[in-house]
Amino acid sequence: MNILDVKNLSVKFDTPDGVVNAVNDVSFSLAEGKTLAIVGESGSGKSQSAFSILGLLPKNGHAAGSVKYMGQEILNLPEAEMNRYRANEIAMIFQDPMTSLNPYMRISKQLSEVLIHHKGLSKAEALKESIKMLDAVQIPDAASRVHMYPHEFSGGMRQRVMIAMSLLCRPKLLIADEPTTALDVTVQAEIMDLLIDLQEDFGMAIILITHDMGIVAGSCEETLVMFGGNVMEYRPTLDLFDNPQHPYTKGLLEAVPRLDQDVQTLSTVSYDFLEGGKS
Amino acid sequence: MLNYTFRRVLVAIPTLLILIVITFLLMHSAPGGPFTSERPLPPQVLANIEAKYGLDDPLFVQLWNYLKGIVLHFDFGPSFVKKSQTVNDIIAQGFPITLTYGGLSFIFATLIGGALGVVAAIRKNTFIDYFAVGISIGAQVLPNFVMAPLLVWLFTLTLGWLPGGGWNDGALPNLVMPVIALATSYMASIARITRSSMLEVLNSNYIRTARAKGLPERTVILRHALKPSLVPLISYLGVAFVGMVTGSVIIDVYFSTGGLGQSFVNSALSRDYSVMMGVTILLGSLTVLFALLADLLYAWVDPKIRY
Amino acid sequence: MNTVTEVKGRSLWSDARRRFFQNKAAVAGLIALTAIVLISFIGPFFAVWSFEEIDWNTMGSAATLGRPSFETGHFFGTDDLGRDIYSRVLQGTQISLKVGVIGAAIAVIVGTVYGTVAGYVGGRTDQIMMRIVDILMSIPFMFVLILLLVIFGRSETMIFVGIGMLAWLDMSRIVRGQTLTLKNKEFVEAARATGVNTPTIIRRHIVPNLLGIVAIYATLLVPLMILTESFISFLGLGVQEPNTSWGALISEGAGTIRYDTEWQLLFPLAFFVVTLFSFFFIGDGLRDALDPKDR
Repeated sequence: MNILDVKNLSVKFDTPDGVVNAVNDVSFSLAEGKTLAIVGESGSGKSQSAFSILGLLPKNGHAAGSVKYMGQEILNLPEAEMNRYRANEIAMIFQDPMTSLNPYMRISKQLSEVLIHHKGLSKAEALKESIKMLDAVQIPDAASRVHMYPHEFSGGMRQRVMIAMSLLCRPKLLIADEPTTALDVTVQAEIMDLLIDLQEDFGMAIILITHDMGIVAGSCEETLVMFGGNVMEYRPTLDLFDNPQHPYTKGLLEAVPRLDQDVQTLSTVSYDFLEGGKS
Repeated sequence: MLNYTFRRVLVAIPTLLILIVITFLLMHSAPGGPFTSERPLPPQVLANIEAKYGLDDPLFVQLWNYLKGIVLHFDFGPSFVKKSQTVNDIIAQGFPITLTYGGLSFIFATLIGGALGVVAAIRKNTFIDYFAVGISIGAQVLPNFVMAPLLVWLFTLTLGWLPGGGWNDGALPNLVMPVIALATSYMASIARITRSSMLEVLNSNYIRTARAKGLPERTVILRHALKPSLVPLISYLGVAFVGMVTGSVIIDVYFSTGGLGQSFVNSALSRDYSVMMGVTILLGSLTVLFALLADLLYAWVDPKIRY
Repeated sequence: MNTVTEVKGRSLWSDARRRFFQNKAAVAGLIALTAIVLISFIGPFFAVWSFEEIDWNTMGSAATLGRPSFETGHFFGTDDLGRDIYSRVLQGTQISLKVGVIGAAIAVIVGTVYGTVAGYVGGRTDQIMMRIVDILMSIPFMFVLILLLVIFGRSETMIFVGIGMLAWLDMSRIVRGQTLTLKNKEFVEAARATGVNTPTIIRRHIVPNLLGIVAIYATLLVPLMILTESFISFLGLGVQEPNTSWGALISEGAGTIRYDTEWQLLFPLAFFVVTLFSFFFIGDGLRDALDPKDR
């Protein structure tokens, strides 16, 4: 059974200037323990698709279509029911670790409240579990650092904390929304390696949202390319890299700088395809 | 934190000194002394009185003695007009009254204003939000000296529910109007500030994180959103405090509550300089002290300021 | 070169003007304020009684004979001394507006100069200057102002200066903050790199870019100045007879409300409230127009 089946998902926003279609008719599915990459540039609707799965759209956003988690429809569930899935079954990490943690709360409290709420652990047990998880994401000296505030951590460390927090309840699906975008290049690689390692240990499925084709190649079985709220291409990653069908995908792949070729200018993505087919 | 407290106190002390020196010098630069009144005193008598009050000493000696009196004995000296009373007597009479209704107003404005702001933000674009926004706009033009007569007109003259003035040992009917008149405009400002900061916090990334954790909405708001949204309020509380201390003058005058403000205005009208000085310095110290407390609270709430 | 900047400047301001005139509250405020200013200057020509004249008929029986009426020529009624409220309100309006505008102007000038210097020079100077502002801010200035008025007499100049000196502190903080951000902008660095001296940089590059924010706060300062003046006049420590102001009129109206002469309170109060609302709405409108990212 697939862990997630998304069918004809669309997201609209009410704005003062009228309704904006952020996502149109997106469908995909994901098997347990597998990784799907959703690739696209900013504004392509990739993050909004992810938010709609967990019901985290802003108040003016509306999602339609179908999202089935283990065969259960979860799109637009009432808040109270959705809360049983969040963190427990499906967890999420966000783009900007600098602002995604509550600056006024100690890490210990932000981590352990998840376990206390979902698993009914006592404070002491939850703290012990939290420290274990911080160890698992390779935060040095976790037992003492757990009591610090977010501003005492670097960006990369904060993203590790976010990852630890998302994995506390051993979710079956992790949605990672541009987990490395806001980080230094060297730290990006560390975080990606960590995510892959953790996936092996915990066996969860991952939806990796990114604009970086370079990250996708090494870690994802399938790739879905989005542009302007629409799916351009959705195929196994290797296949897609070897033989991109859509001109936009080709453009994206060519835009990845390579060391093994001597190029004079970096290529940019061409939008010529828009004139032929769409819009 | 200790270090921060220490440094902050170090700033408060010169502030107080400057306040005392400014008021002292102002008083002594007044044309003519406190005893040059309409009915000129014989020069000998005047000299005697000035010697009695130490007014014939050089200015800095007087300042030094005045400072020493305040710091060592909390003594603001004698009243120049009411010969039988010292400034301390006058303060002791009025201060408890000002403190009672002023304190109540402050608590009232902070709690009601804060609660209104939080609820308005959570229930954005509902009736309660429009209500909160409406009164916070309206109250901008309803300062204490406008609220006071309007309240009297409504509750005393039209409805006949409340006495139009007097203190009556702080009985509830006498307290209602002073507290409301003093608190309204600050309550409205507090509501407005809390609402906008709460809205900002609710749109922040860390609240999205808290929601993604599957916590119930109530926990998200109470545990994650409330504290950060109250931080901007802390710095405003200092402003509100000064405003209410100042506004108490109006309340005392209009409702004849007999607080410090009344002593201040009476002494201003009768040029009783030493009472004016005493009241100014006392209320000034109070606001300096409150600003200090607010800053320490700020540092305590915001982990980034702690040292 | 010159024409390019000029065209750009104009488009920026015309953009702001368009946004401002789309804001209904701000436009209503502007209209109401214009109306009040016009009334206060043209209105006296239609007055039957001057603001100093005493109508001996209504004196002492304002509650019955001093009602607002066209027949007696007292459009807004009289007070118990037989003085015409209509004329007095118009006169008070002129004075209150004058105090508001002059007080705000003083505050804006002092605050802008102080804040620009502190922000631009920076370092130790900035620290000391801002520490002084911090210290002055925690002093309850209303009391000091009243002391000033009592000691040096209640002249109009004293009120202008006193109120203006009260309000420059906030202004200086805002301007300093803005200057600090401007200081590190490329065009200022370019000017410095080409050897332009500090006073010229401040005058040519910093101050013009501060205009927007200064305009916003100046508009919001005027009602605060009016409030402060009214506060003092309410206590009987402000403007002196026969001159009057909104605060003094409201104070008289508030005092006599027990004798059924509510027109004495309501007419000045209406002018006061409408004017304050107008200024606040115009200020908000300017803020939205000149600084759209805020909000």
